Amino acid sequence: MTFIHKYPKAAKVSKANFIVAFIALAIGGFFGFIQALHRTDVFRGFVNSGEYYTLLTGHGVLLALIFTTFFIAGLFVWGVTRSLDREPENMAYTWSWFWLMVIGTVMAAFTILGGLVPDSSIRAAVLYTFYPPLQAHPAFYIGLAMVVVGSWMAAADWFWSYSKWRDDNPTERIPILSFMTLFTMLMWYVCTIGLAIEVVGLLIPWSLGWVVEIEPLLPRTLFWFFGHAVVYFWLLPAYYVWYAILPKLSGGRLFSDSMTRIVFIIFLLLSTPVGYHHQYADAGISVGFKFYAMATTMMLLLPSLMTLFTVIASMEHGAKQRGGKGYFAWISKLPWNNPAFVGCALAGIMFAAGGFSGMINAGMNINLLIHNTIWIPGHFHLTVGTAVALTFMAVTYWLLPQLTGRKLKFKTLALIQPYSWFLGMTLMSNAMHRAGLAGVPRRTAEPEFNTNAMNFEPIFGTMSEMKWQIAIGGTILLISLILFLWVVISSWMAGQKSEKPVDDHIPEPLSGVEHTPAILDNMKLWFALALILVVLAYSFPLWEMIQDGIFSPGALPRPS
Amino acid sequence: MHIHKFERFWIKLSFGLIAFFIASVIYGFVSMDLKVVGDYQTIDPQNLGETEFAKTGVREVTKNGQTEYEVYVKTMQFAFQPGTASPIVVPANTRVTFYITSPDVLHGFDLAGTNINTMAIPGQVAKLTTIFPEPREYGIVCNEYCGPAHHIMEGKVKVVPKSEFDKSNLVQ
Ligand code: HEM
Ligand SMILES: [Cu+2]
Ligand SMILES: [Cu+2]
Repeated sequence: MTFIHKYPKAAKVSKANFIVAFIALAIGGFFGFIQALHRTDVFRGFVNSGEYYTLLTGHGVLLALIFTTFFIAGLFVWGVTRSLDREPENMAYTWSWFWLMVIGTVMAAFTILGGLVPDSSIRAAVLYTFYPPLQAHPAFYIGLAMVVVGSWMAAADWFWSYSKWRDDNPTERIPILSFMTLFTMLMWYVCTIGLAIEVVGLLIPWSLGWVVEIEPLLPRTLFWFFGHAVVYFWLLPAYYVWYAILPKLSGGRLFSDSMTRIVFIIFLLLSTPVGYHHQYADAGISVGFKFYAMATTMMLLLPSLMTLFTVIASMEHGAKQRGGKGYFAWISKLPWNNPAFVGCALAGIMFAAGGFSGMINAGMNINLLIHNTIWIPGHFHLTVGTAVALTFMAVTYWLLPQLTGRKLKFKTLALIQPYSWFLGMTLMSNAMHRAGLAGVPRRTAEPEFNTNAMNFEPIFGTMSEMKWQIAIGGTILLISLILFLWVVISSWMAGQKSEKPVDDHIPEPLSGVEHTPAILDNMKLWFALALILVVLAYSFPLWEMIQDGIFSPGALPRPS
Repeated sequence: MHIHKFERFWIKLSFGLIAFFIASVIYGFVSMDLKVVGDYQTIDPQNLGETEFAKTGVREVTKNGQTEYEVYVKTMQFAFQPGTASPIVVPANTRVTFYITSPDVLHGFDLAGTNINTMAIPGQVAKLTTIFPEPREYGIVCNEYCGPAHHIMEGKVKVVPKSEFDKSNLVQ
């Protein structure tokens, strides 16, 4: 018996979400490959440089927003169902949030791709941050709003299951998989307040022409109210995999139940009040608020460092169960031939590297050296592009058999896949970081001084070597992506059917829930504290910003 | 609650690291004059003609008995004014303050490879001060996406020796 046999309805929902996620990954990844060749001038034949921004919008929206959200929904449906041991309460409701998100995605994607049709008036080349006064077609904003509303409904679905479960189990502690899900979604509720106000309150009326002028700084600030926490919305599900599943894959058990809960609570509290660290270079926000956000951001290092500890400790425990010895020698006893394990472990290593460049980003004054340079995509391809995306791909190798009742096919290809992603990303990302230090901008089809006869002056290496690393790295990443899709599609269609296609047992933690203080499970308390911290960080600056009127000083809309 | 002794140690270490990072930012602020732009002034982006930005370019001012320069720059789809059609020329070893704003959409103003890097936001004036230590040319890149020809938006800053600085191009 595996998941699909016990919970056939939930399995279907999870799979539907994964299908959308993987389609988004395939299209978005292909765009990424074109970008890597285009902006390095290795090959510019796919699109012209004006259309580059349409692809870049597609890449950002499909990968950072759509792939992640749908994958997370599928993962959480699996985890909530399994840990509470109950199917979703009402399938009509469950499918309604799924379809709402799908329709929203199709609308947004349609407006973006409209930009590739010559003279089309349906355009949305505004990038995934959609800063006004560049204006997209209204269906772009409405579609994205539908995706967010759908995700709220999904979260409510999981809280619904939880409350029913609570009725039947009044004294039990929240099972850890559900705990992580519910706290991630509480954080999502807090941070999407900013996005909802921005999109529904400002951008939709403005794109429909009900108001003409818009004040650029206000929506930008509301975007970043959401925009840093969204990073944790991607990352916490990866942590969820590292806490709950990676110890098992390495042959051991989770180190500590209480620490896991504390880490998720800290993220709920601190993820949102740090958004100004994306606006260090913005005029119109006083240095004091930026400083407060900087200090809070640095505090957020704590839960990530704690995660690093727990993950390594759990893996070491696993390796020692498998006969590993010594301070470091145990590493060789880890299952380096299991694609699910390898993907998660390599993702974790890349995340540590991403953490280093993240600390530089956070350092308010050093940040100005790299703000909006290609260093930034270099950084987040380590975090969301690998720590998150590679973990999701890796855990798919373990989840898919449970959701389909079929064994994984092409294990060797599946094993090559995470190693090749790691290699491609190492090439692409290190070159992006170094090019950024020389001042090469991000989000640019042709980052060369065409008319000024200037050159970027690299600190390490040469410009042409970096260009080639980005182009070759991007190509290897595309190959890795194709391997992933090939393994998934063939296993899904033609994997060998089995009652137990994979070992899906998750053992108890080493330091279990009996040591965990009850207060950690008090969701109302932590949610209220999180809201208070957000109000402290944002109420005064936002109030200042709207003193002169919500839409002024007003700028006129510009076509994208 | 049960916290393993190694984990306690690790958490203490983490706090130390966090304190170190915050301290390094403060050190940059107070000792190295590494400042970020703040809240300076709002402006009506549709009527820049009635503000100091009506005449963009380099101005000479005297502050505390010192000669300094102020540079008013408009960032527009898809040029810096001044900067693109003609370079911004300033003397070395002198205080230079940039005032930057945009009449249309968001842009960036980045002297490639330096920490002179700010957003240009319609409705806001970014103010930043620096002293260029030596004669040199810097490329200006727009590092925020601003529309379909964003990639052609670039300019140049020319820092010349104080003795060779030509004051006939100054704006009054
Ligand atoms: C096949 C693998 C990938 C390749 C070759 C690739 C390549 C690139 C390149 C070259 C850029 C920079 C474009 C520019 O600034 O001009 C970029 C931006 C970006 N990538 Fe990727 N990428 C890949 C996978 C991913 C994944 C898996 C994610 C997230 C889940 C991701 C998220 C992003 C985001 C959010 C941006 C920034 C978009 C923007 O600035 O608006 N990428 N990618
Ligand atoms: Cu952030
Ligand atoms: Cu631009």
